[in-house]
Amino acid sequence: MKKLGKIYMALVLLFLYVPIFVLIVFSFNETKSRSVFSGFTLDWYSKLFHNRIIMDSLMNTIIIAVAASIISTILGTFAAIGINNMRKVPKSLVLNATNMPIINPEIVTGVSLMLLFVFFAARMEFEFGFVTLLIAHITFDVPYIILNIMPKFKQMDPHLYEAAVDLGCSPMSAFRKVVLPEIMPGVVSGFLMAFTYSLDDFVVSYFTTGSTSQTLPITIYSMTRRKVSPEINALSTIIFVVVVVILIVKNTIENRARKEKGGEA
Amino acid sequence: MENIVSLKNIIVEFDGERVLKNISLDIKDKEFVTLLGPSGCGKTTTLRIIAGFIDPTSGDVLFDGERINSLPPHKRNVNTVFQRYALFPHLNVYDNIAFGLRVKKVPEKEILSRVGEMLDMVNLRGFEKRSVQRLSGGQQQRVAIARALVNRPKVLLLDEPLGALDLKLRKGMQTELRRIQQQLELTFVYVTHDQEEALTMSDTVVVMNNGHIQQIGSPTDIYNEPVNAFVADFIGESNIVNGSMPKDCVVEFTGRQFECVDKGFSPDETVDVVIRPEDIKIIPAENAKLTGIVESVVFKGVHYEMIVDGVDHKWTIHSTKYEPVGTMIGMHVDPYDIHIMKKTKEDEGTEL
Amino acid sequence: MKMKVLSAPYLVWMCVFIVVPLIMVAYFAVTTDNGSLTVQHLADVGQYANIFVRSIWLSVIATAICLVVAYPIAFLLSRMEKHHQGTMLMLVMLPMWMNFLLRTYAWMTLLGNNGIINYLFGLVGLGPYKLINTSGAVVLGMVYNYLPFMILPLYSVMEKIDKSVIEAASDLGSNPRSVLFRVIVPLSVPGITSGITMVFVPAISTFIISRMLGGGSNLLIGDLIEMQFLGNSYNPHLGAAISLVLMAIILVIMTVMNQFSPDDQVLI
Repeated sequence: MKKLGKIYMALVLLFLYVPIFVLIVFSFNETKSRSVFSGFTLDWYSKLFHNRIIMDSLMNTIIIAVAASIISTILGTFAAIGINNMRKVPKSLVLNATNMPIINPEIVTGVSLMLLFVFFAARMEFEFGFVTLLIAHITFDVPYIILNIMPKFKQMDPHLYEAAVDLGCSPMSAFRKVVLPEIMPGVVSGFLMAFTYSLDDFVVSYFTTGSTSQTLPITIYSMTRRKVSPEINALSTIIFVVVVVILIVKNTIENRARKEKGGEA
Repeated sequence: MENIVSLKNIIVEFDGERVLKNISLDIKDKEFVTLLGPSGCGKTTTLRIIAGFIDPTSGDVLFDGERINSLPPHKRNVNTVFQRYALFPHLNVYDNIAFGLRVKKVPEKEILSRVGEMLDMVNLRGFEKRSVQRLSGGQQQRVAIARALVNRPKVLLLDEPLGALDLKLRKGMQTELRRIQQQLELTFVYVTHDQEEALTMSDTVVVMNNGHIQQIGSPTDIYNEPVNAFVADFIGESNIVNGSMPKDCVVEFTGRQFECVDKGFSPDETVDVVIRPEDIKIIPAENAKLTGIVESVVFKGVHYEMIVDGVDHKWTIHSTKYEPVGTMIGMHVDPYDIHIMKKTKEDEGTEL
Repeated sequence: MKMKVLSAPYLVWMCVFIVVPLIMVAYFAVTTDNGSLTVQHLADVGQYANIFVRSIWLSVIATAICLVVAYPIAFLLSRMEKHHQGTMLMLVMLPMWMNFLLRTYAWMTLLGNNGIINYLFGLVGLGPYKLINTSGAVVLGMVYNYLPFMILPLYSVMEKIDKSVIEAASDLGSNPRSVLFRVIVPLSVPGITSGITMVFVPAISTFIISRMLGGGSNLLIGDLIEMQFLGNSYNPHLGAAISLVLMAIILVIMTVMNQFSPDDQVLI
């Protein structure tokens, strides 16, 4: 039974990883063939780095992701604090509206924003591009920030704030000294989540961007529409390596932190 | 002695619902006052009014004779020990206790010595650097007390501080709290639903129910002279039966007349008759006014607790004498052990 | 101080960029270009019934496969030793961190007519088979992309099932099979329902997977919507009407799912 489980697990992992490894292997292939490995080369990597469109869209992606996640973290943190202090009915109303971009299919969020932007573009003379993209990203990022912070309020002892005030803190400093440190883990994980969603987003960006501001996923999409281009393989390999490195670093840091905490006890 | 805190005709409403219905209470300096009552009786609300977390809908809060209704909590000279301690999880033991002093910008040197004093008092020397999340319940409790007391408040408010501790620890902390209160000569306002705790620790017990104060008195007064059936029942177990007073010193219940010591009721006024289980004596059934059949017997250590079916009423009796189930027994109550109480309408306090 | 005020900027943002756009979708769906009310667009959606049926059918199959494949995985994960769980979970989730388009592209190259799978078939004298541009390829793409969305919620409920509950069941005479069906499955219902929603919703609304793996012959609802907004058949009114119907379908699915889930345990 145990052995069977291991075999099953291995098969599923194989299913998940084989496609990625095939991409990686063929990123070093001399020819454009997708099936026969004819010889080792790094050409596709150098072509990738010299591809202006890809490099520009990579830059755009990072700028958008950084800007959107920072703005949405600020907006969302304040929002979460406010929402937490609301009465039951308005609170659930706001939280339901906040959940919309998460529950709704991405394509609906995308086209709904597109309709809004078309409406304003026609009346206010602006073009689809950086600004519309940024607004769209903030819009789908903020809910993740709020969703990450709200449980922290729930976990927090409701008397902490009162205890600080009781000990002489003004409401403002009680908030800064006691409440903020408590919700900080939620703020950080919300920020990271928003950042990765922004980096990765294709669908919403696809409907809200103009020709001036392409993000990497959109560039990838147009590349896959054209004929085979092993540069994508090279790009996939690099992204995969980066992801693996980030995850390993993250895990090591977490493990070390856990060990240190355990060591004190 | 001076009154340090006075509540005058306090009414509190939440969303149109009256939680406190005209409460007046004087707390004397250096007194250990306990607010006692079932959950939802308004005792915690009363405490939070003194702390400043709740503004009364009407009425006055006086501190040292001054009206402090609109004074925010951080400017009041009272500190609170919260129900679940509310220790700051991101700070260690030392920083938790030093919190209030740091807010007041007390020099670090003085903080060091004052926190040290507190650590000695609550026996937590050597725990300074420990994270509060890794303390036992009893230790967290003591940090919470130290954190409040280090600010030298005139009044310490304690909201069911021992509720989360196990029985043995609770008993120990009761004595310790009492010792701290007497050593520092402070006023303690203590909220609990545990009547035993209230009777052991307090100078004065305030029994509350339904947003009203039922009775204020010393523990012995409250126990021996409960003013109504609610207090009698809440403070220890009681047999409560309906009765009437045909004339002074005679009460009629379960269809028979008994001698008692109360007078001053109007003729045939209906009353509550309260008899404590330990005041019922078992006598032979033949010459007893009250008889019944033993329905169950439970051994309680010092005594047996028996439920006796007396047709009109099931009596609870505490006795050291064992009677097997099914026996017909007689019961006797001395006149001075029969407590007669005016009927109180639900939802109303007794005029004091 | 009123903390509520702090949420004001977000509330404005939420109204302008979440609520108003959704109202606009509804408005576009029931009006013509000159603003008069019409049910024509909603009626027109009926012409695409075959596409709706295909979308629902393919995403139901993909969701079912995900559930069947993910359930044992989640269970095995949850019963592993704690420190192995973290590593294994990371292994399962890692592909999800790759860009969605790249993952789908990987299957494009694998399934292609001169892709590696057909090449391998060729070596043993079989094929080539038509693998890409089939509805099977679309389902495969859905399963591959959304499988982790099914594993994660299942794992997180199963991980919380106390080992002693399972022991208690066997103590009371359950064999492994009845432990599974009488204890583990009922306790993992919240994970099942939220896994189903998390797979079904993106699957039914995708347009990339069908575009990349399904060729032109396997249009889904997502493609239909995309075509009305960015494609050749530009018609935002019809697109909005289709979106509205899609939202209604999803709402129905989620309501049904919530019926099975205890109130306090809805994961999403």
